[in-house]
Amino acid sequence: MASETVNMPERRRKLPSMSVLGPVIALLVLVAIGAMMNPNFLGAGNITNVLARSAFIGIIAVGMTFVITAGGLDLSVGSMAAFIAGLMILVMNAALPVLGVGVPIILLGMATALIAGLLAGLLNGFLITTLGIEAFIVTLGTMGIYRSLVTWLADGGTLSLDFGLRTFYRPVYFDGILGVSWPIIVFALVVIIGEVVMSRARFGRHCAATGSSEHVAHYSNVNVNRTRLATYAMLGVLVGVATIMYVPRLGSASASTGVLWELEAIAAVIIGGTVLKGGFGRVWGTVIGVLILSLIDNILNLTDLVSPYLNGAIQGVIIILAVILQREAKAKG
Amino acid sequence: MTYLKTFATGLVAAAVTAGMAMAQDAKVIGVSIPAATHGWAGGMNFHAQEAVKRLEEVYPELDFVLATASDPGKQVNDIEDMVATRNISALVVLPFESEPLTSPVQAVAEGGAWVTVVDRGLSVEGIEDLYVAGDNPGFGRVSGEYMASKMPDGGKIVVLRGIPTTIDNERVAGFESAIEGSGIEIIDMEHGNWNRDDSFNVMQDFLSKHEQIDAVWASDDDMAVGVLAAIDAAGRDDVQFVLGGAGMKEMVKRVMDGDTMIPADVTYPPSMIATAIELTAVGMTSTAPVSGTFTIGSVLITPENAEQFYYPDSPF
Repeated sequence: MASETVNMPERRRKLPSMSVLGPVIALLVLVAIGAMMNPNFLGAGNITNVLARSAFIGIIAVGMTFVITAGGLDLSVGSMAAFIAGLMILVMNAALPVLGVGVPIILLGMATALIAGLLAGLLNGFLITTLGIEAFIVTLGTMGIYRSLVTWLADGGTLSLDFGLRTFYRPVYFDGILGVSWPIIVFALVVIIGEVVMSRARFGRHCAATGSSEHVAHYSNVNVNRTRLATYAMLGVLVGVATIMYVPRLGSASASTGVLWELEAIAAVIIGGTVLKGGFGRVWGTVIGVLILSLIDNILNLTDLVSPYLNGAIQGVIIILAVILQREAKAKG
Repeated sequence: MTYLKTFATGLVAAAVTAGMAMAQDAKVIGVSIPAATHGWAGGMNFHAQEAVKRLEEVYPELDFVLATASDPGKQVNDIEDMVATRNISALVVLPFESEPLTSPVQAVAEGGAWVTVVDRGLSVEGIEDLYVAGDNPGFGRVSGEYMASKMPDGGKIVVLRGIPTTIDNERVAGFESAIEGSGIEIIDMEHGNWNRDDSFNVMQDFLSKHEQIDAVWASDDDMAVGVLAAIDAAGRDDVQFVLGGAGMKEMVKRVMDGDTMIPADVTYPPSMIATAIELTAVGMTSTAPVSGTFTIGSVLITPENAEQFYYPDSPF
């Protein structure tokens, strides 16, 4: 009897819970389906394509994980990315006669993106923390503002990077080190840093404490407002990083850039096991969530199984299934 | 007492407003269009603004009110506001979607105002006085005929479709019937939603899936941009050319410059909104009859005639 009760917790520790396994299993199932459906699915080209195009949403979703963990939400990231992309293109085009095509102008563009992202994030954070307005309302407002601003900047059309500049900047999306393209490398670095900060650093613990109970966190000497502000600022900077990777791909930005990115990022975060109400976050889970979302699209394009009209429905079903898989397991113990 | 006073004040206010409206004695033309959510709509917004600006100078007796809507619900509100607050004599409308806009526009027509419908028809016939229509089946047909002439020995092509709508269905049907029997085989079709990023992803996946693709019908210039970037990145040289559509200035420029990847383009001009506004203004100010249907055909742009379709000032 006694030995059995002692063994129980050990056995539990060996098998991770369904909330951890759920998303991983879903991802593996998708990979298996993809590999069965099309021989090119596991080819280096396709894997590079999928990872590189996941990078934008992925980098943003890592920031979103922190915001949601600290009990917040940001609906403005898609519009913000479009606005920053537009701004970056305008600044680089304007500086072209002075700086010419070269590394300095690219660095100027990158700095523009990072600073604009930081300011936009700080603005969201300031309105939410200092003025105490609901995050949902603030970011719904800024979402509309940035979307209109990019439409206005582009005069309703498309902002395009100067052709010579685009050719020079292109390798930032398409080239890389040892066959691994830059977006994938940057995505990986962001994930590693995010994971360490979330699970090892004080900031990650403060985020979780703030999200789980503001009052308890406050009495435990956590500066709740500053923590929240920092999460929004960090998300803003990461949106800037994602934009730096996005602009060289097509060299253009328009009102249709980044539409619904915010919902994809939030969905990825939740699929990955972060709690929407805050208090618990998992950066590596978010990565799995992002990959699941991009793989669904990829597999649907590579096969002729379903009518393309139903792509959205398939995505919806898989998102809900992935979350049910976790909740069921949690409820049971 | 107070109630009566309020009522009286209201009456006076109403009388004053009515008097002012009478004094102005200008006919108001309402223009309701979808917002610039993609390249083509951006060009359409540009041409609508240009036409309004020009006509206000030409006809001092006309006033214009222009509203852009980001969804069908907002467009219905815009039209109701125009009728209620501006007492419009004519409405030029490019419906966001046919179904939800049909009964509000019908109400405007029943109120005695002139109605001009542009591009997308309403779901009930005979409401509008003037219909300025783009030719969607014709757009597909011209594209298909060009493909067939460019590939006399046939070949394998992939097709990128737009947002699932009647417009898209009509174009694809026109295209399919035009290439019938030409030996051209459509090996894959997906929706790129008239969006550069979506079409880039779809084309990347097509290139992974198929070893040999002879040509691409991108069916839209924005989608052609994404398709070209994907082909370029994959370093594939089996794709001989990409056919877009609509007449975006960058693409027309490439046709003009003799780019072999973009040998032609097919028009679906966003400036048709200007045609509609101009014709409505003529109808309001003269006795010339302008009712009926005005179809704007889709034309093939080739290096020979590209110059006349190139508008460097337009955002599209």
